[in-house]
Amino acid sequence: MAYGFDPEKFDNMLEELGKKYKLFGPTRYPQAGALSDSDLVTFGPVHRLKDLELSVQSTYSPKELILPVNQTMFYFTGDRILEPEIDQTPMIIFLHPCDLNGIKRLDSIFLENGSEPDPYYQQARQRVRFFVLECTQGFENCFCVSMQANATDEYDVFLRLDENEVRADVKSPEFEDTCARFGKQCDLEPAFVQENAKRVRVPDPEKLDNSIFESDLWRDYDQRCIACGRCNLSCPTCSCFTVRDILHEDNPEQGERRRFWTGCHLDGFDEVSGGMVFRPARGDRMRYKTMHKIYDFRKRFGVHMCVGCGRCDKVCPQYISFADCINACTELLQGAQ
Amino acid sequence: MEARQENPYLPFAAPILDIYPETEMEKTYRIQARLSANFGQFLEISLPGYGEAPISLSDMGEDWVDLTIRNAGRLTSRIHQLNPGDHLYWRGPYGQGFPLENFTGGHIVIVAGGTGLAPLRGVINHFRSNQDSVRKLDILAGFKTPSEVVCSRDIENWEQCFNTVVTVDDACEPWDGCEGLVPNFIPGLDIREPENTRAIAVGPPVMIKYAVQELLNKGIFQDKIWVSMERRMHCGMGKCGHCKIEDKYVCLDGPVFNWSLAKNLKD
Repeated sequence: MAYGFDPEKFDNMLEELGKKYKLFGPTRYPQAGALSDSDLVTFGPVHRLKDLELSVQSTYSPKELILPVNQTMFYFTGDRILEPEIDQTPMIIFLHPCDLNGIKRLDSIFLENGSEPDPYYQQARQRVRFFVLECTQGFENCFCVSMQANATDEYDVFLRLDENEVRADVKSPEFEDTCARFGKQCDLEPAFVQENAKRVRVPDPEKLDNSIFESDLWRDYDQRCIACGRCNLSCPTCSCFTVRDILHEDNPEQGERRRFWTGCHLDGFDEVSGGMVFRPARGDRMRYKTMHKIYDFRKRFGVHMCVGCGRCDKVCPQYISFADCINACTELLQGAQ
Repeated sequence: MEARQENPYLPFAAPILDIYPETEMEKTYRIQARLSANFGQFLEISLPGYGEAPISLSDMGEDWVDLTIRNAGRLTSRIHQLNPGDHLYWRGPYGQGFPLENFTGGHIVIVAGGTGLAPLRGVINHFRSNQDSVRKLDILAGFKTPSEVVCSRDIENWEQCFNTVVTVDDACEPWDGCEGLVPNFIPGLDIREPENTRAIAVGPPVMIKYAVQELLNKGIFQDKIWVSMERRMHCGMGKCGHCKIEDKYVCLDGPVFNWSLAKNLKD
């Protein structure tokens, strides 16, 4: 069922929902950007419509709401191991379709891969409700259409935000009553981006194989990439983590085991005992990431890992474009035929 | 033993029953633990405060597990200070082991480099206890120097029943064994029925590469060769991403891979 609200009424509804749920969405933090005098737009608590910053793309994806940058797995004190208290409050995330598709990719890794789900991820994931924000234009670096991640029907509520009206397509019965109370029935046919300014041609998976590993293409990145890992951190689908123990300084009997985000571009990611590394050249790390995003993941889970949000292109201090890299792979394959 | 917790990341504490010094750098720890596992699989071993690392099973019995641990970092150097009665923490087992049921009745060639012999110790001991199940077993084990030979107490036993060649790259110390890289000893093996021979190679990647080449030269089929790959798994359950190679996860699909698959995997 779809409902229309005047914006003030919608804010009243958010206030009501805020009593039961924590609300998160892309929002602006003034003067918090990486560069001086710049703002940071990222996911954070929101309370009303005007808290949502939708004029620019958020630098980071919503993944940290489910997979925190660093997370305590358990505490230890002497011989006892204690699991952390878990916040049970359900949360609503306002997000674009590409980011919801990004979370579906994380689900593949954390819930489907291997014989058992990741308990920390699963617990957080069960608390999440998705309020998908209609997106029909995208941002300048987006190529979600090429990655077939521009649309979704897996939302709880779909929102069209116009200046004078908010329309909501409510899929989840959980929100039906509240929406009916604050809004009036109307029609809403969710729309999705049909064409991005940026188009990417993804190599045909049938033709792609690891002969592309030998290409000189990757050598271009040996010098350009500085292994800062920003692309990994901003990516909604990069899910790798490293486990480390921390001892409390005042009492070495006590501490915790934590996991931290990591990324395949960073030094040390592929190191094994004794110091051997498998991809010392940064171009090989670019190749490893690229193949995962557009080939390996699809082989294992049936969809491309990359959702084409374009954040990695925006954050790279060396102006490396992942979109261009994908196109270069396609050109290489075509040239080889 | 406590009941299995719901959270698979929580480790169990196990007392160390015995510590056997293998070399200056390696010790074998026997811990009290009852698990259903295959040789070739690994455990995540940890000490609270010092971190966690994947360690292959080197042998096991009904209520004990042996782990050969090299002193190579923060965690393992701390482990090397422990004594019998202290605890190690474990979770697992993880991954795919050697398909030993496929090995019955034929000729088996085992090639190991350095600490790569440790995960094969249980395999060889298994066949030592079940000698009727194999027609012939050749063991080739290579080490850098005589002082780096692991499993020497086992090697003495293996020599009693199997063709066992222990070689060192560089006999800088007194040494009455063979000298030379381990793959160089493969051509000299007496393999009468290559089609009925199975081989295992475990060690540094470059050793595996040359060993497999020599095994193939002897006429052994590529799908009858298995290798084990070393990666630094942080979870063991296909989540952390450190051990992914193409669309495979060493912790789930390996660490033991058939060569017909492993030959195409590139990091």
